[in-house]
Amino acid sequence: MTAGLIPENAAQTYDCRQAFAEELIALAAEDPRIVAVCNDSVGSSNLVRFRELYPHRLINVGIAEQDLVGVGAGLANGGLIPFVSAAGPFLTGRATEQIKTDAAYNGLPVILCGQSPGMAYGELGPTHHSIEDLSWMRAIADLAVAVPADPAQTRAAVRWAASHDGPVYLRIPRFKIPAVTPQDAPFQPGRSLQLTDGDDITVMAVGTMVSRALTAAETLRTEGIGVRVLNMTFVEPMDVDAVLRAARETRGIVTAEEATTTGGLGAAVASVVAQNRPVPMRILGVHRRFAPTGSASFLLEHFGLTADGIAVAVRELLSHERR
Amino acid sequence: MLSTDPVGAEEFRARRHRIATQDPDAQVHELRQLAAEVRRSVVQMIDQAQLGHIGGDLSVTDILVTLFGGVLDVDPAQPRRPDRDRFILSKGHCAASLYATLAHCGYFPTSELSTFMAPLSALNGHPNRTKVPGVETNTGPLGHGFPVAVGCALAARLADRSYRTYVVLGDGELQEGSNWEAAMTAAHYDLGSLTAIVDRNRLQQGARTEETKRLEPLAEKWTSFGWEAREVNGHDHAQLLSALRPSPTGRPVAVIANTIKGKGVSFIEDRVEWHHKVPDAGQVRTALEELSR
Repeated sequence: MTAGLIPENAAQTYDCRQAFAEELIALAAEDPRIVAVCNDSVGSSNLVRFRELYPHRLINVGIAEQDLVGVGAGLANGGLIPFVSAAGPFLTGRATEQIKTDAAYNGLPVILCGQSPGMAYGELGPTHHSIEDLSWMRAIADLAVAVPADPAQTRAAVRWAASHDGPVYLRIPRFKIPAVTPQDAPFQPGRSLQLTDGDDITVMAVGTMVSRALTAAETLRTEGIGVRVLNMTFVEPMDVDAVLRAARETRGIVTAEEATTTGGLGAAVASVVAQNRPVPMRILGVHRRFAPTGSASFLLEHFGLTADGIAVAVRELLSHERR
Repeated sequence: MLSTDPVGAEEFRARRHRIATQDPDAQVHELRQLAAEVRRSVVQMIDQAQLGHIGGDLSVTDILVTLFGGVLDVDPAQPRRPDRDRFILSKGHCAASLYATLAHCGYFPTSELSTFMAPLSALNGHPNRTKVPGVETNTGPLGHGFPVAVGCALAARLADRSYRTYVVLGDGELQEGSNWEAAMTAAHYDLGSLTAIVDRNRLQQGARTEETKRLEPLAEKWTSFGWEAREVNGHDHAQLLSALRPSPTGRPVAVIANTIKGKGVSFIEDRVEWHHKVPDAGQVRTALEELSR
């Protein structure tokens, strides 16, 4: 496989909203406490089938995100397990204070599902991009922040979140991505998945960037560079042990996320590394810029969020280290 | 988490029984007594903490006392009983009045009230459900309690429970748009088990509501949103008891409780500067005297 964009038309790529919806329906069949709450986003959250099967268990509050999250908290107060689903930018931007106060500070099991996150809405522009979400959500105490990287992880995330006794933010990818998760891989907070072995550089990625990190690792292997790829999955709570192992056992760390670099995965890893075992790092993401017009694929390429971009960062780190 | 005061909870049960079985005059007398106890505690708490929102605390007290003393199906000894009625104080800055009401109803010992806002106290300046039994949701930023109450009422329907949900809103708080999102949702879902009570004291932090951002015609606003609106004197326990009954129409009910900010203390009543001013020692003495008459 050559480095570069993973072709969107490859047969093996998936829109994870399908896995989200299927798993939610399966859960709802098993547990009457499962309810879905949305903001007119029945279609975009892929909840049409859920509504057909469980019309009374889909609460649509209309276009009202503050109400959306508050209602979710009230449903949790009443003993239900609400999956509160809306496009990521509106859920996390419009209702930040409700997520903080009504879900997290209350300590209620409200599952916030940010649909179509990152720059999945491409041409619709920065109003519809959800790249600040990881920074915003990571700043909120007691809120778990998980970023599934493929359908299998999306299913596992939905199932885990339903059993978790606390608030969760889940990013549900829309941008089509290949499967990257080995069978029977665990899904646990604070636990990453190591996908390749390598002693030169560690690449830590989440969501859409995991498959790209794997492609980069394959290319770099042909150059004699060993890359350890970690699918971090949880930005909070983070797999601190894996980060510290990477800092000890490899010569540098590259992080990659479809998000701003101000407070997401890269910032979290840097905080651990800087305070415990400093190693050279490159943080890939979007650095304090609003995206120009373009498709999701175009924008990922534009910001260097590609296998090529990751490979360049790895080579830079190694050459920096040799100087 | 504070724990229940077993003696207080038992006394509360006896008091509730008396209120429920007495003639209307005796009911009101009992609720007035409870309100006076709560108001005196509020003044003492704010004096001790040298912090608090005394004006709103005193305006909302009769509403809280009527709810806990005569309306809510709750048991302070089992504050998380699944079928309990839900009560949410959305104007969370009036926490002192809520804490005093909860303590006088046996949710926790009244001795705890002296820790109000002290370092590491469970009694934060705004209520916290993980620390204080009887608090259903954390409030403080305005416009939060109402959507949560809507969720509670929806949960009752979905889980086939018979509890009712009550939320107290400040009038100034209604300037937050989230309240009207919630009002629409409640009407759309025909949440007849939900009652919203507006503490209509006509003052907000900086000025009169009507000078800041006009709320009137307020009853018509609720009606046009699909609610049944009822207007009462928010210091008249008999009127409140009657207005807090569910609507036979199945519609959610909004009770506009006309109140006086600072009610019960002459020099605080209806004065904008007493939103969160702290009385000095002499003023505390006068206030406690007036509240003991």
